[in-house]
Amino acid sequence: MLATETVIFVSLCYIGVLFAMAYYGDKRADIGRSIISNPYIYALSLAVYCTAWTFYGSVGRAASAGPAFLTIYLGPTLMATLGWLVLKKIIRISKIHRITSIADFIGSRYGKSMTLGGVVTVIAVLGIIPYISLQLKAISSSFLLIHQYPSLEPLSSPGSIGIWSDTTFYVALFLAVFATLFGTRSLEATERHEGLVAAIALESMVKLVAFLAVGTFVTFFLYNGFADLSQKAMETPEIRRLMTLTGDAGTFSSWFAHIFLSMMAIVFLPRQFQVMVVENVNEAHLNKAIWLFPLYLMAINLFVLPVAFAGMVSFGASGLDADMFVLILPMANKQLFLTLLVFIGGMSAATGMVIVETVALSTMICNDLVMPVLLHMPSLKLAQREDLSSILLSIRRLSIILVLLMGYAYFHYAGEYYTLVSIGLTSFAAVAQFAPALLIGIFWKGGTRTGALMGLVAGFSIWFYTLFLPSLAGAGLIPQDFLEHGPFGIALLKPFELFGLDVFDRITHAVFWSMLANLGCYVAGSLFSKPSAMEHTQAAMFVDVYRYVGRVHDSSIWRGTAYLPDLVSMLERFLGRDRTEAALSTYAMEYGINWDQSLTRDPGLVNHIEKLLAGAIGSASARVMVASVVKEEPLGIEEVMDILNETRQAIIYSRELERASAELRAANQRLQELDRLKDEFISTVSHELRTPLTAIRSLAEILHDYPDTTLDRQREFSSIIIRETQRLTRLITQVLDFHKLESGRMRWAITSVDLKDVIQEAVSATGQLVADKRIQMQIFLPDSSRPIAGDRDQLIQAMVNLISNAVKFCDPDRGRIDIRLEYGVDRQTVSVSDNGIGISEADQKQIFNKFQQVVDPSRGRPPGTGLGLSITRQIIQHHKGELKVKSTPGKGATFYFSLPYQSISASPAR
Amino acid sequence: MTRDKINGRRLVGLFLLGMLLFNFPLLYLFNRPVLALGIPVLYLYLFASWSLIIFLMLMVSRSRSDTPFPDQSE
Repeated sequence: MLATETVIFVSLCYIGVLFAMAYYGDKRADIGRSIISNPYIYALSLAVYCTAWTFYGSVGRAASAGPAFLTIYLGPTLMATLGWLVLKKIIRISKIHRITSIADFIGSRYGKSMTLGGVVTVIAVLGIIPYISLQLKAISSSFLLIHQYPSLEPLSSPGSIGIWSDTTFYVALFLAVFATLFGTRSLEATERHEGLVAAIALESMVKLVAFLAVGTFVTFFLYNGFADLSQKAMETPEIRRLMTLTGDAGTFSSWFAHIFLSMMAIVFLPRQFQVMVVENVNEAHLNKAIWLFPLYLMAINLFVLPVAFAGMVSFGASGLDADMFVLILPMANKQLFLTLLVFIGGMSAATGMVIVETVALSTMICNDLVMPVLLHMPSLKLAQREDLSSILLSIRRLSIILVLLMGYAYFHYAGEYYTLVSIGLTSFAAVAQFAPALLIGIFWKGGTRTGALMGLVAGFSIWFYTLFLPSLAGAGLIPQDFLEHGPFGIALLKPFELFGLDVFDRITHAVFWSMLANLGCYVAGSLFSKPSAMEHTQAAMFVDVYRYVGRVHDSSIWRGTAYLPDLVSMLERFLGRDRTEAALSTYAMEYGINWDQSLTRDPGLVNHIEKLLAGAIGSASARVMVASVVKEEPLGIEEVMDILNETRQAIIYSRELERASAELRAANQRLQELDRLKDEFISTVSHELRTPLTAIRSLAEILHDYPDTTLDRQREFSSIIIRETQRLTRLITQVLDFHKLESGRMRWAITSVDLKDVIQEAVSATGQLVADKRIQMQIFLPDSSRPIAGDRDQLIQAMVNLISNAVKFCDPDRGRIDIRLEYGVDRQTVSVSDNGIGISEADQKQIFNKFQQVVDPSRGRPPGTGLGLSITRQIIQHHKGELKVKSTPGKGATFYFSLPYQSISASPAR
Repeated sequence: MTRDKINGRRLVGLFLLGMLLFNFPLLYLFNRPVLALGIPVLYLYLFASWSLIIFLMLMVSRSRSDTPFPDQSE
């Protein structure tokens, strides 16, 4: 016999250690040296997932359904692999929007909806009640069992004893006090509890050590290792059955359904959301936790099957509850210390869950259920009350007590008829209802409030009908008839075989129907409803959370005015003076607030205050509070149009910028091209200058060095020198002309000019050139003479250029040049044709550019500067004409221009 | 593509691998009451593939410069 006092004393000692841990954690947090800010503590706190269900129930499950118990831990492992995609996003969103619970998250996503937050809270509370009763059941069973030590007898049914003599009732009360002390000591702006997390991490260590200790004891001390135990198990058909998937839980559909449920549970159970998202110190911790946490799950499951085998081998037929094998085995072997360790381990698992769960639920009840209702009751004048933080704390404390009492009631009436695992799965199926609204909601902007509400209500109703109600019927609260024949004898509505679907076990059946209804209503409702402006904003902020990083303040659509003192005093009522000052001074430093001005229109500040408040009372309530202080101007269609217009302006502006930069780019390209051409020109000109200079110099040197050269030679040499000098002069004149034309400083001597005269003059000037190349030149001139106004010398220069150009490109053997002058109606046209190599189409566009020369691969670079045509064109242009070319490659080219009869002004060009 | 995204995809790949390993029909192959290394074969298979997934997750998050969750708050 183990004295009750001893057990209670050990328990109290353990709880004292937990309190010390929590106190230490809070102290360290206050001085800014957090002990929970590392990935190991984070991973351990996630292990609050392992409750009494894991500690006691897994063995019970393994003893009836074999490896099926593992699904509950494989699901979270799979979810951890999706951590990068899903969890990180949820955490990021929650940090930015200061989200404090899953109800807050869903409500906030769909336009800070109060209704939605309330519905989520109701679902969470009702869904979690069976789960909490499971912990109560485990604690009281283990207490009653250890109380008998070392004798073992099946426990009597707790339903038969009155509430006041029921240990479980006192356990529930004790846990309520415990959770209140831990979770609601003060009101935090961020709803984070560092000390609590530290204590939870310690509890996770204790339960793991305890389970590994009992597993090692059973496997290696009672038996010779797992192989020996398996061998013994093989001998009994009853136990051998457990090595494979058997029974209802062994089908493919239920295996899959359980993995799905546990995947959802790891995110959507209020306590998981609390430790994983709300209590997360640093996103980077997720990096290590995504493998550490599955590792923990694997470790705590390592000895489940051996313990189940050992229990079945020794007590398979004794009628003892398989859920308690973990405790029974050390008791039966008179291991007092191990028995106490296991008892403490089980208590760790249960208390950890109850504390975090009730704290999370109480936050939800307070922020998303009670506060919105109270704020909407004008008679309470709550918005005008001083010091609301104590009211908030009392609401939370009452919620914790209420939740635990409901848990006890469920245990008292229904819980005893079910195994730990089947109770837990009922809760899992309830929280899985959050999946569509939350998971799809963070990736799909189209999800609307109506859709989410419809989906949640539909899914929850089916869960209630197919799982919750029947569990009450099983306990006799509702006629059994209801289960067997359906309500009013309608067989199609039997809760376990809805619409005649009888191929699944109960859980799978409920999951299938509820998820079908939930998802269907969510998608259909979203597609056929119109979201409000607020919903649009929130949807965009959630889905594109990574894009809005760092500019949350800008993204709010808000117009209104507020009195700063009002805002500040409201914040002080909820957070206290010191915390308000601290929170606002950081903002003021960053954005510069003028505290002297009492009226503010700064949406960023109001938004910031709303977020601070949301940390304490939830986003929906915070919105109501801020709205009560702020004179908000409804966002009319004009404002929305203004905002759109601003955006449009910005887009137009950026397009203009783009166009301007494209122009600049093109100009730059042209400049670079010109630069290249100029370089080429310089090298060409210097080459052209050097050739005659070299000739002149060498001939002059000969004449100088050899005075006895014959007179004929001397004459010949000097004539060459003269010719070359003329060539040089021409070249320099050309360059100078070009420069004058380019800069517009050319002086034009406008007189009456006869083009016939001009052509003849040009032909005689180039006569020698033509004769040298033995080119046939034909000139076709009209008989009459019709003079025009122009600069005679320049026109002659233009003609000379054209003719020498034709000479250059003429056929080298049988060259032929035709020059024509034709009188038209109002213009006269001059053309110069040759029979040379012609000009390709691409080159035709280029040749008039300055410095441009047609380079023929077979003949090389032509002589000259490449300025001739460019100069000619400018002269013609000055005479109101246009120099053009037509050519077929290989068949020669024709340059032509036409000048009007009208006289041109005598002013300088350009 | 950043290392971030590559690692994210690797993890999604691991998810698909896990879905495959932890489900029928692969599970069915080991669903028989025999012992391998003295351990029920289904149990052995589940724990082995579980360890594999955890090990691969460790490897992915180990490559430091490309952590899937870049540290930004501290």
